[in-house]
This record gives sequence, C-alpha cells and structure tokens, in this order.
Amino acid sequence: MSEREQILGRIREALRVAAPKPGLLSGPGQRVPPHEKRPTDFRPWLPVVGDSFEERAALFAKNSAELKTDFQLVANRDELQTKLLALAHAEGWKKIATHAGELTNYAFAALGLPVVQTGGRYKLDELESSDAGITECDALVAQTGSVVVTTRSAGGRALSVLPPHHVVLARRDQLLRDLPAAFTALKQRYGSSYPSMMCLITGPSRTGDIERILVLGAHGPKKLTIFCM
Amino acid sequence: MSTVAQVFKETARRMTHDLRHRSWIQNALGKYYVGRDEKKARFQNWQEARQAAAEIKWDAVNHLDKYLEQFVSKIEARGTKVFWASTGQQACDYIVGVAKKHRVRSIVKSKAMTGEEIHLAQALEKSGVEVVETDLGEYIVQLREEAPYHIVFPAMHLTRHEISDLFNKKLGSAPTDSPEELTMIARRTLRKKYCAADMGISGANFAIAETGMISLTTNEGNGRLSTSLPRIHVALIGIEKVLPTLDDLALFLPMLATAGAAQAVSCYNTFIAGPRQEREPDGPDEFHVVLLDNGRTRLLADAEQRDTLHCIRCGGCLNVCPIYKNIGGHSYATTYMGPIGSVLTPHMRGLTEWKHLSFASSLCGACTEACPVKIDLHHHLLQNRRNAIRCKSPWWEKLIFQGFVTLMNHPLLYRLGVKLGWFGQKFHGLVKGTKLDPVYAWTQSRELPPLARNSFKDYWRRKQS
Repeated sequence: MSEREQILGRIREALRVAAPKPGLLSGPGQRVPPHEKRPTDFRPWLPVVGDSFEERAALFAKNSAELKTDFQLVANRDELQTKLLALAHAEGWKKIATHAGELTNYAFAALGLPVVQTGGRYKLDELESSDAGITECDALVAQTGSVVVTTRSAGGRALSVLPPHHVVLARRDQLLRDLPAAFTALKQRYGSSYPSMMCLITGPSRTGDIERILVLGAHGPKKLTIFCM
Repeated sequence: MSTVAQVFKETARRMTHDLRHRSWIQNALGKYYVGRDEKKARFQNWQEARQAAAEIKWDAVNHLDKYLEQFVSKIEARGTKVFWASTGQQACDYIVGVAKKHRVRSIVKSKAMTGEEIHLAQALEKSGVEVVETDLGEYIVQLREEAPYHIVFPAMHLTRHEISDLFNKKLGSAPTDSPEELTMIARRTLRKKYCAADMGISGANFAIAETGMISLTTNEGNGRLSTSLPRIHVALIGIEKVLPTLDDLALFLPMLATAGAAQAVSCYNTFIAGPRQEREPDGPDEFHVVLLDNGRTRLLADAEQRDTLHCIRCGGCLNVCPIYKNIGGHSYATTYMGPIGSVLTPHMRGLTEWKHLSFASSLCGACTEACPVKIDLHHHLLQNRRNAIRCKSPWWEKLIFQGFVTLMNHPLLYRLGVKLGWFGQKFHGLVKGTKLDPVYAWTQSRELPPLARNSFKDYWRRKQS
C-alpha cells in the first residue's frame, strides 16, 4: 500500500469517532453557540470599511501611513509623469525594471531610463541591480492597505520583491473594499487557471526580529510607493 | 523521574531566577500586548471571528481526508510533485533525494516549524548541502547554533549587542548598536545566498483545498525570494494545514497577523499554485509539496484533543503564558514551546517521557483565551495529566490523596490538624530552608505566611454565641 493510502487510511480510521464542535468548552464570556452551517461571510466581524470611493481611499491612505507605504492619488497621466520624475530624481535612479502593461509602458517612456523588462526571461543580476521595480497590480485593498499582485499582472515573481523600491501603478477602479472582495476578484479573474503565484503585499518589507524594533527592508523592498489614478 | 524532566526542571529553575532574562521578555512582550489589543479592537467582533475560525478549522480537520485529496489533485494538476511522508525520516530522505538528483549545492530556507520538527536542515547538511535560514531571527539563531526561542520571534531573547558580537565574529562585520544597521548586514549577506541558491525550502501557513494552493506568510519577504529565485522549491507542510476555500483566508490572514505579531495583516501573504507556468517569466521549474504526518494522525484519533490540530502556529498562547514568560522558550527543549507545545509534544514524542510539560502550567486559561481558533489548551493540559496518571500512578501520590480524603471527611481530624499546624510552625525555623523542611519546595524562594492561632470557624462560633 502506498504511503498516501496509509496516511489517508489512518485519517479515516481516526475520524470514525466524532469530535465535539468548538466553542462549547472555552471559559466564561467566551461561549458562542456554534453556527448551524460553517460561516462563509466574514464581513460582520472584520474591520469596517465605508462604501464610497472617498471612504475607501481615506482608509487606504490611513493604513498606508501606518505601514509606511507612500500612497498618492494622481489625477491624470501628466501628474503621474511629474511625480515619477520627481521620485527618480530624488532617489537618483539609474536603471529601472518593469513589465509590459498599459500604465507601465507609459511610465517607462516618461522616465526615459535604461530598463530591464521581465516579460520574458531576464538576467537575475540585471534585475537585482535595478533601482526600482515598477509594476501594475490586480487590486488595492482599503481594509488592510494591501496591494494584490500576481505573476500575470506584475511581471513575474521577482520584479515586485527584488529591487529596493517597489512602485505600483493602479487605477481608481482597482481600489476594492476589503479582503473578501479581493478574493472574489481573484476568483473571477483567474478562476479557470490561476497564476502560479499571487501575493497580498502590505507595506514595504519589514522585520522586528532584533529587540522587536521595526526595521524596513529586511529582504524585500525598503520602499513601497503606490500611485492610484 | 526521567532525565528530560530533570533537565527541564533544572533549566526552568535557572531561567526563573535570571532577572535580566525576565525583564527582557516582559519588555519585548509589553509592546506586543499593546499592538495586539489595538488590532483586535478593529475587528467588529473578535469573539465571533474566533468562533467562525474554529468552526472552519473543525470542518477542515474533521473532513481531512476529503480536503487533502482535493488539495492534492488540484495542485498536482498544475505540475506540482506531491510526496506523502508518514515520518520525519521519510520526508528528510525525500528532500535530500531531490537535492542530490539535481546536484543542489546551496539551499535558502524560509522559516518552517515543520523543518525544525524533523531536523531537516541537519539532514541536508549531513549530505553536504549548505542550508541558510533566511528569516532574520532564524538566521541569527542558526549562526549561534541554537534552537529558536519562540515560534514567531526566534531571536527574541537576544540583545542588539549580542547580535552585533555574533555578526562580528561570524560575518566579520563592524560592531554596531543599530538594529537597522544589523538588519542591513544580514540583508547584504543573504542577498548573495538567494541569487546563488539552487533550491528554496518553505513551510506553509495554509493549504487551500478548493484551489490547490499553499499560503505562505512572511514579513521580511524571505518567503517570496526563497520561492521565486531558486530553480527548485520544496514546501514541507503538516497534513493538518488545509483550509477548505480561498475565501477563508479573508478571515484567517488578519487573525493570524493580529494574534501572532500584533499586525492587521502580515507584509507578504503569498499563494503558490505550482511551478512556473507557461508564459510566466520566472519562478522555479520544479515545485515539490511534502505532506507530513509525523504523529498527526495519532493526535487526530484522540477526539477529545483533536482541536489541537486547528493550530495555526501564531504563537499567541506563548506570549500570554505565565510559565513561558518565566522559563523562556529554550527550557522546554521541544520544537513547539509554550502551551501549544506542552499539549502537542507528549502526543508526538510520548507521554511518559514528556508528561512533565502537562504539569508546567498554572491552568490559568490565558492560552485558551488568546487562541484565535479556540483550542481548549488548558483543558488539554489537564487531560494529559489525567492520561499520564492513568498510565502509572506513583504509590506515594495515591497515599497522599487517601490521607487528604480521610482528613476532609472527618471534621474533628481536620480541626486537630489545623491546631497541630499552628503549633508545629513555631519550630519551623529550626529546619526552614534546609532539606529537612517538609515545605521546602515553597520556602526555598518564598516566605510561608504564619498560620492563625484561631481558625475562622472558631472566630465565627465565638461571635455567634
């Protein structure tokens, strides 16, 4: 018998005795009667998010400030170009990395810097030595201040995590309300064939492993900038 | 008494008396409490969320065979190789085999408690492969050649000065007292390792049955890099990690981050559905998922404690445990420490040798209250005590309890005992603090309060008359 059959056999044998439903034994004040069916809508318990775009944008901005993400609403492409150029100048970018996309194509044309494209196979050290990785995304999540990227929307796996500065270009209609909405959107978009990697990025890379003191840029980007048009 | 228990008692005693260690842990955890409570308050209803999480995990664990098969068929369909391992040895052998087959020389490892559990890094190193831990805390304890101190914060017990000295000795970096500078030293060193590694190893926080994905949570981005750059990725996953649907993550990701690290949600939550697919520019050519039993089906068979398999390894119960806060993570000498470790270890390594952990608890219930998936931890500690006694109860303990029962059933004897105690305490000073002291276990580090001459009963009777 294969190891698979043996493990599954042990599981089935073990499950012949039913286990008590959770929530009945825990201490006073914690008893919550079990639901009839296992819950599927978590919104009533998760943090509150407003319905209008303004409320969502305000919450995203508040979360970003806390996470040390630089979140900026931009009115049009001209403003995006001005802001990108200012950023490139302030940080002295010499080379950027990006992937093909409507917004990214515009950004790299506007910047006029040498570029590493991760659309096809690329050289790892070329990407590693880039000053910024500019990507698009699948969604922004107001509830948590997160960016949703996938191998398809953000030029593969490494582009959004290897360069020291990750710049996200998003559209206004991509700003979703909460995590349930984000997962629904992923299902709708990719349900038939998921990309090999999807990621919820929430702020620049961080660690608290030394004396529980927050340090940004542990392994991933030290900075995360999000432009929402 | 077994030797493991003796060592535990001795280390625990030493750590409890180490005031520097204690103040250090209190300080580190103090910040955590504030952040956790603030993040909990953002939930509209944390208690309801816990109940929902517990019910979803209950569903997953009580239909484990169904969900595992679903997970495996989905993830295999995307070109992932799945290996089932009944024991840690089988899992190690398989992963060493994959490394040999592909002539792997160096491996970057993202934090995986399952790896600690089966001593995977040691097995790989023995076969001549370099294994580098990439989580900063894990990297630090790896350089120190010691075990993690905490499930989530492995290097919580060290100061920046100790880490600076360590880096200076092992990496040749200049001494510094800035945590940021120290992090950058590690970042530079590990960047080279990522780019050169042939294989990346990770664990998984969840395995999604519905879509056939693993979900991996990190803050540093090491999970992303370890699974993006090397040409082979191996994920070592306990079979109990399954969640039924992708949507369930909308609840579990914020709860894990809140209870585990006092964050609203962790920095990188990565969902991996297979190796590099056609038309994708990068990612590993091979993706292996190793499903590990290693005693989990034994625990599953114990219906009373089955909910222990709901654990999402957030470490929340460690952070609130008065025992953990006093004796520290290393005293346990187990892979999983704190309350969850004390419940799990006897099941995984044997009750006879590890039963002392069930007694290392004040049964205050703080762990149960902290658990985001409502594992009934302190009752399980009690059940393990009961089971240990059922195995073999020492004669002297039976005698003591028989004496106690006699005393309690005879009021006259009891009153006589109280008087004798008051009388006897006058002579206590002669033996106090020595080995002859009958209450030495108490008086070695505490004062015994004086017994009153008259009992409350005496007082009450006089007052009534």
